[in-house]
Amino acid sequence: MPIRYARLISLLLVLAAPTGVLANPFEQQLANGLRIIVKEDHRAPTAAHMVWYHAGSMDETNGTTGVAHLLEHMMFKGTPSTGPGEFSRRVAAAGGRDNAFTNKDYTAYFQQVPKQKLALMMQLEADRMRHLNLDSKEFAQEIKVVMEERRLRTDDQPQSLLYEQALAVALQAHPYRVPVIGWMNDLESMNVGDARTWYTRWYVPNNALVVIVGDVDHQEVFKLAEKYYGALAPRALPARKPQLEPQQTGIRRLTVKAPAELPVVLMAYKVPVLRDVEKDVDPYALEMLAAILDGHEAARFSKSLIREQRLATSAGAGYDSTARGPGLFFLQASPSEGRTRAELEAGLRAEITRIVKEGVTTEELARAKAQLVASEIYKLDSMFAQAMEIGQLESVGISYRLNTRMIEKLQDVNADQVRTIAQKYFGDDQLTVAELDPQPLPQTPRAHTAQPRH
Amino acid sequence: MKSTQLLCALCLSLAGQIAYAGPKIDHWVAPTGARVFFVENHSLPILDVQVDFVAGTAYDPPDKNGLAALTQGLLDMGVQGMDETQISNRLADLGAQLAGGADHDRASVNLRTLSTADKRIPALDIFRTVLTSPQFPPEVFDRERARTVAALKDALTRPEAIAGKAFWAAMYPTHPYGRQATPETVGALERSDLADFYRSHYTAKQATVTIVGDLARSQAEELAQQLTAELPTGAGATATAPAPPRLPEASEQRIAHPAAQAHLLMGLPALKRGDPDYFPLIVGNYSLGGGGFVSRLMKEVREKRGFAYSVYSGFQPLLQNGPFLIGLQTKKLQANDALKVTRDVLAGFLAKGPSAAELQAAKQNLVGSFPLRLDSNRKILENVAVIGFYGLPLNYLEHYAENIERVKASDVRAAFARHVTLENMVTVVVAGE
Repeated sequence: MPIRYARLISLLLVLAAPTGVLANPFEQQLANGLRIIVKEDHRAPTAAHMVWYHAGSMDETNGTTGVAHLLEHMMFKGTPSTGPGEFSRRVAAAGGRDNAFTNKDYTAYFQQVPKQKLALMMQLEADRMRHLNLDSKEFAQEIKVVMEERRLRTDDQPQSLLYEQALAVALQAHPYRVPVIGWMNDLESMNVGDARTWYTRWYVPNNALVVIVGDVDHQEVFKLAEKYYGALAPRALPARKPQLEPQQTGIRRLTVKAPAELPVVLMAYKVPVLRDVEKDVDPYALEMLAAILDGHEAARFSKSLIREQRLATSAGAGYDSTARGPGLFFLQASPSEGRTRAELEAGLRAEITRIVKEGVTTEELARAKAQLVASEIYKLDSMFAQAMEIGQLESVGISYRLNTRMIEKLQDVNADQVRTIAQKYFGDDQLTVAELDPQPLPQTPRAHTAQPRH
Repeated sequence: MKSTQLLCALCLSLAGQIAYAGPKIDHWVAPTGARVFFVENHSLPILDVQVDFVAGTAYDPPDKNGLAALTQGLLDMGVQGMDETQISNRLADLGAQLAGGADHDRASVNLRTLSTADKRIPALDIFRTVLTSPQFPPEVFDRERARTVAALKDALTRPEAIAGKAFWAAMYPTHPYGRQATPETVGALERSDLADFYRSHYTAKQATVTIVGDLARSQAEELAQQLTAELPTGAGATATAPAPPRLPEASEQRIAHPAAQAHLLMGLPALKRGDPDYFPLIVGNYSLGGGGFVSRLMKEVREKRGFAYSVYSGFQPLLQNGPFLIGLQTKKLQANDALKVTRDVLAGFLAKGPSAAELQAAKQNLVGSFPLRLDSNRKILENVAVIGFYGLPLNYLEHYAENIERVKASDVRAAFARHVTLENMVTVVVAGE
């Protein structure tokens, strides 16, 4: 490893632990099983407060897909002590911002507030962790909102539809095949009882993690956590079935037709994700491969496919090494005018073949590592990004304390390892190819303009 | 008694927050004529630099829509002594991030780098050459023009893009803010157009340099001078600065589309930077549709009726009057119902203004959330760049809270009556047939 990176790594370690506070971040677990992680950051008088529930769309069952996300919406609809919509009103009155997000692995809620308001946020989150109303009238309105969200983000977005369909074909048994927002028909037949079942099953302190980053004293935060969250009763969690994906033994292809101009080719290869931070090698090499293909404006895909060959108008690679479920390595591109989807697929495959045959250069690898180290430092500019990092790692079962170790392991990846994983995982038998076949808009009469009726 | 207690509690909490008045902004004019704004902050080994030019899309010549954006996009794709690959590789080697874009008024380029000298100095040197010696190589120009045309054609199939383009054209039928790049206008551009546009608009006198982070004042002075010393010395853009837009007549445009959801936009040219009505308008807008889940539009359109996932209103102040707009998406069949509810909410707000409780909630949030607007170097950079480019007072952040506090309900009503006039409101509905 070139020495100039080692120096930056030590800088990173110093920054991650501000002067004299080597234990930062701090961690505590309450008697009811709730874990609290506090990272002190005194650069500005604000704080980020997040609650992560270890339940996402992968914990759903067929017929009620989308219930994890629907429940996220219902969490703003009131408790016996906080009326519908009152949660957000109180956060806003405190000068805060709040929202929530649901993913395959988790459901998370957050507020960003002036630091004086942290206690109020903890009180409000603790309240809705166990005391949600789940009123059927509120449900009836909110399910309509969620269906609008699905129309907005998926049904009318050709690339989202393509991705949704590709996952459903690439995976046949594992619940990652189901969209987080849920299938429309499941949303149409969902009722408040489904939401209640979900809430009762997963919303307990022993299935949650509280992450706080900001201008706070961790001792005081732990006292507040005990005060607000400490009284909540734990409950045993249901068993989680592994639902492992059976071996894929041949290429899978699908086509999606939707109104668009540009075709898209999306290729998904089955690859491993990180399970053992110390022993695993391949996930780190796959991260480096993604950076070498698509880490900057002159990375391989852009340089070769867009700039030199002019085969693609856009091209990208994506891989996330941390996930509860199975891993996929995506290649995605749109062809230039006059070039076909088949030519583009061949072009994407040729880039992988080139790595298998010729490997990657030490310059490329060093470049990817330099970007990685810098981006770790840039992350420190955002309290929210730091809280996200802790929560995301923990929600896939990796301790946030191993983050620096993961960065070191990424720094250790060599060119041979990148070549080896390209050889190992990018065969046709583990591949799914999805194509967006663009459809012209129907010919319509010219737009008409009228005087409005106010 | 109760109300007095409440009031005092409010005073105390606000006083506590007002005490955080934001970063100290140093300002000077570089010998080159560039205006410089600097916030010194050594808490992280990071330096952010942004240079804004008076070279946004409003400066596209009438028959060359898309020129400003394409010029900005090609700045880092070939400079004196380095081709596009070398530029990108060297920046990546240093861990530096170069970004930018063009909006209606500004063309921006910004660099984020580690502040240690071994990274900072070479990264800033590349940044300087990107600003001062772009070459617009012919083969790069051909390629990027084709990519832009492809992206524009694809956008013209999407309901949100179709709605946005029709909306701006309706609001600004004869004004530069209404000009739209199309596949035809971009396809007709030539390489010499870019070079000419660059020479006349990317001048030091038209540049604002914003520097935030781990640098000393003396170094910042030197940096601003270096970055702008070799910029072109062309005539500059002030001669063609956009005139105030004329208000359009009210209209409603319906555009058919096969999408599941209708996209609704309504608005008008309403507010420019530095307008004294800015504070009453943003306080009022918070209650109308800017305050997320607590706004009237969100309550009526989403919470009560489940018509939409997203519904909002907002002002986008520009050098000349920028839009006030309301936007939402709803399934095709209920587009007219949603439009009616939205218009009723707006009319009700214009007639009566915010209630006392709404006004208080708006102030509490806008004042209380002030520290959140400035809690990272990135956010400070964005805020200070706007202050610098638009010539807002240097104490803008310092007086922000008291300017919000001063707003009365009658100010909101009067300001909305002046700026949001229904007889000038244009409406665009795509996929609402």
